[in-house]
Amino acid sequence: MSTVNVYKQRPDAAHAESPLFHAGLHELVGKGKSTAGVSLRERKLLGHLTLRGDGHDAAFAGAVHKATGLELPGALGLVVKGETSLQWLGPDEWLLIVPSGEEFAAEKSLREALAGQHHQVVNVSGGQTILELTGPKVRELLMKSSTYDVHPRNFPVGKAVGTTFAKTQLVIRRTDEETWELLVRRSFSDYIWLWLQDASAEYGLAIKA
Amino acid sequence: MLNIFCPHCGELRSEEEFHSAGQAHIPRPLDPNACTDAEWGEYLFFRDNPRGIHHELWIHAAGCRQYFNATRDTISYEIFETYKIGEKPSVTAKPNSAKQPSRAAGEKA
Repeated sequence: MSTVNVYKQRPDAAHAESPLFHAGLHELVGKGKSTAGVSLRERKLLGHLTLRGDGHDAAFAGAVHKATGLELPGALGLVVKGETSLQWLGPDEWLLIVPSGEEFAAEKSLREALAGQHHQVVNVSGGQTILELTGPKVRELLMKSSTYDVHPRNFPVGKAVGTTFAKTQLVIRRTDEETWELLVRRSFSDYIWLWLQDASAEYGLAIKA
Repeated sequence: MLNIFCPHCGELRSEEEFHSAGQAHIPRPLDPNACTDAEWGEYLFFRDNPRGIHHELWIHAAGCRQYFNATRDTISYEIFETYKIGEKPSVTAKPNSAKQPSRAAGEKA
């Protein structure tokens, strides 16, 4: 075990506010059109851990698999198992997302499995959030917002790309045929929320809890 | 719009995802204390500004956030190849024909 000080960053009793807390999404649930082309849900307060190491090293990949139960994905890859997902961010960097409250245990088990190896695990849960978009018109919304080609031929389920979006940058993840996730930095979440409202106006936007 | 092949992501991406970071292949002196002021100044401040083939450092800022090298024609802006840090460029002289194999033109590595 390394000497890194690992501690629980979000105590159970503490009051936590997601980056879009101020938008009051819970008050907007059910107020949109029932035939909305785009449904938005904030997957808030999940545990986000960035993981760095040498993916070509079998010992590293094996330890990550042992700790998370997920295979390290290759370039632009995303693997999902239940509520847990592991995503490629760069040639030596991955993002592990675990259900809310499990990040402390996940970090500890990763550190135990990777003990003695050259690696880095950082809890970045407070720095970003996930906006999940579902519906038949989501692809058209993404086409308006980003220069990246989101045609199914180029963007199959299980792909995740960091790209430009509106006037900023975020990660687009495709988790299902009509389900896409946007990984948004905390300080840009309000801008993205305003952008999504405007861009989805012509299709109708519904907020889900 | 220009598309640039990112050797880490393994696909062509829009130019606006990238930033140029100056000349590539500039080795840091192994022992800075042994350098003369002229040598250190040369390393720190002086850069080539050729007309034609130039090896440059680029970063995929909005994507994988990694640096890589590109061989670019400073006149036509044509990018002949992109390659990872530590690799050697395969294009070092200006190709005569326009049919030079080019990863930037869509051929994947």
